[in-house]
Amino acid sequence: MSEDILIARHLVKTYTQRSGRFGFGTTSVKALNDVNINLRAGTTLAVVGESGSGKSTLARCLLQLQPLDSGEVLFLGQDLAKMHASELREVRKNLQMVFQDPFASLNPRMRVGEIVGEGLLIHGLGNAAEQQKKVVAMLKRVGLSEADMQKYPHEFSGGQRQRIGIARALVLHPMVVVCDEPVSALDVSIQAQILLLLKELQQEMALSYIFISHDLRVVRHIADDIVVMYQGQVVEQGKVTDIYNRPQHSYTQNLLAAIPGKKVVNG
Amino acid sequence: MTVDLQIEQPVKAPSLLRLEHVSISSKKMPARLLVNDISFSIEAGKTTCVVGESGSGKSLTALSVMGLLSKQLQLNSGKVLFNDAKLGVLDLTLLNDESLRKLRGEKIAMIFQEPMTSLNPVLTVGYQIGESLATHLGLRGERLKTKIAALLEMVGIAPGRANSYPDELSGGQRQRVMIAMSIACEPRLLIADEPTTALDVTVQAQILTLLDDLKTRMNMGMLFITHDFGVVADIADNVVVMFRGQIVESGTREQVLGKPQHPYTKALLACVPDAEGKKALKPIDYAWLADEEMQTLADEAMQ
Repeated sequence: MSEDILIARHLVKTYTQRSGRFGFGTTSVKALNDVNINLRAGTTLAVVGESGSGKSTLARCLLQLQPLDSGEVLFLGQDLAKMHASELREVRKNLQMVFQDPFASLNPRMRVGEIVGEGLLIHGLGNAAEQQKKVVAMLKRVGLSEADMQKYPHEFSGGQRQRIGIARALVLHPMVVVCDEPVSALDVSIQAQILLLLKELQQEMALSYIFISHDLRVVRHIADDIVVMYQGQVVEQGKVTDIYNRPQHSYTQNLLAAIPGKKVVNG
Repeated sequence: MTVDLQIEQPVKAPSLLRLEHVSISSKKMPARLLVNDISFSIEAGKTTCVVGESGSGKSLTALSVMGLLSKQLQLNSGKVLFNDAKLGVLDLTLLNDESLRKLRGEKIAMIFQEPMTSLNPVLTVGYQIGESLATHLGLRGERLKTKIAALLEMVGIAPGRANSYPDELSGGQRQRVMIAMSIACEPRLLIADEPTTALDVTVQAQILTLLDDLKTRMNMGMLFITHDFGVVADIADNVVVMFRGQIVESGTREQVLGKPQHPYTKALLACVPDAEGKKALKPIDYAWLADEEMQTLADEAMQ
């Protein structure tokens, strides 16, 4: 049993919305309601649920991209929620994120080389030549070329942009990567390539993934453990095989029943 | 590449829709065909799924049926034969805008991928559903209201929601509204362009069941565009697989999914993750392409 690299305890996050006529009233939505998760080092923990279940909020709160109402996020024993901005910045190079939309998450005015190298620059890792070297190596590793450094994001397809997003996250050699629906905007054929790339990189760089997804077919292939979320709460968690073979909660059973393509066995 | 385009063709009644040798290109580059000589048919009460990756020409195919190709594109050749109960077999490519407009919405309807962007945000959903009823069937007043309520009920939304605006509904509900709009005039042919891609799995399952049910009840023919073989397995009667503008394989669902013949179909099936996790995920393999075609593909990828 490997040890836990990231532990979240009793996370609570409430959104307040204006409501009613002219927005004079307010309603609050509990996006996270006492959420507890453990990420084991070197493994993939998938967070599944439908839209509005709080899975993306969880991703953002784990990395402190959004403040929590209460709860603690322990990374190697340190509570990220209590850190000051400067301390947090230091720790962040170990915690990176890959976003869902490869079109929206890359700055259209920056060249790919700048996008991927920006993290190195911010964290002051190495001199310019070393940074350049690292960027090239990383781009090559994700299947792009050195010449691509000079190009802008719009010159790439969706799958290639997602590779750029992955390179940007991994160039810092993080320990934990949070992937927020990294393949849901991609075609099935491209999706398979990206999933396999993520798996290979996990092996090579000893990464731990938090993998947010609503597609249980994808999760089956990439995850070791699963957390099922529904309306801001964790309704079930456990090992992939256990959840797929013996789902306990009725919501998990519904999710599994909704997977398309059960009628015909393909291949 | 040699391509077998034959779909089993019943000799008796003409199909509800038959595409014959349809080719589409952009006006600027007429030599490069985006859809290259495709033929297939759709029968009443049956669903034909067109499957392919982005850029395979599946959406263009759907738009060409509706006569909705963008101005930069042109139909190079081919016929789109629609079998109308009253008017007989019509070639949709020869109709003028006026006659096409009469068919659209009434005989042929379409559902789009994005339920968020295809509804008008400043009109109530009831009004939007009623538009085609008023235009095509001339319904007014109480009769219009009753019909709108009945349609909403049919797609599983409380009739009281007719006064809601699109932003007050969830993604799944909006797609149901789109479906209610499209089936309002009981079309003979429903074209659905990735109608569930933007939705959650649970909602997707509901929408697929709804469409399948409506198809049977109203004996509609359905042209369903998707890139997800899981969805194909759930909903298709016939399957057409497209690759770079051409049909590489077609047949019944059982034939194509159970015993795929073309290497591209096999490769595409292999990269769909299965829920049981029994088979290994394979990246798509183009090894079956001839060398020069591989080169073209690589060149295109570079651009």
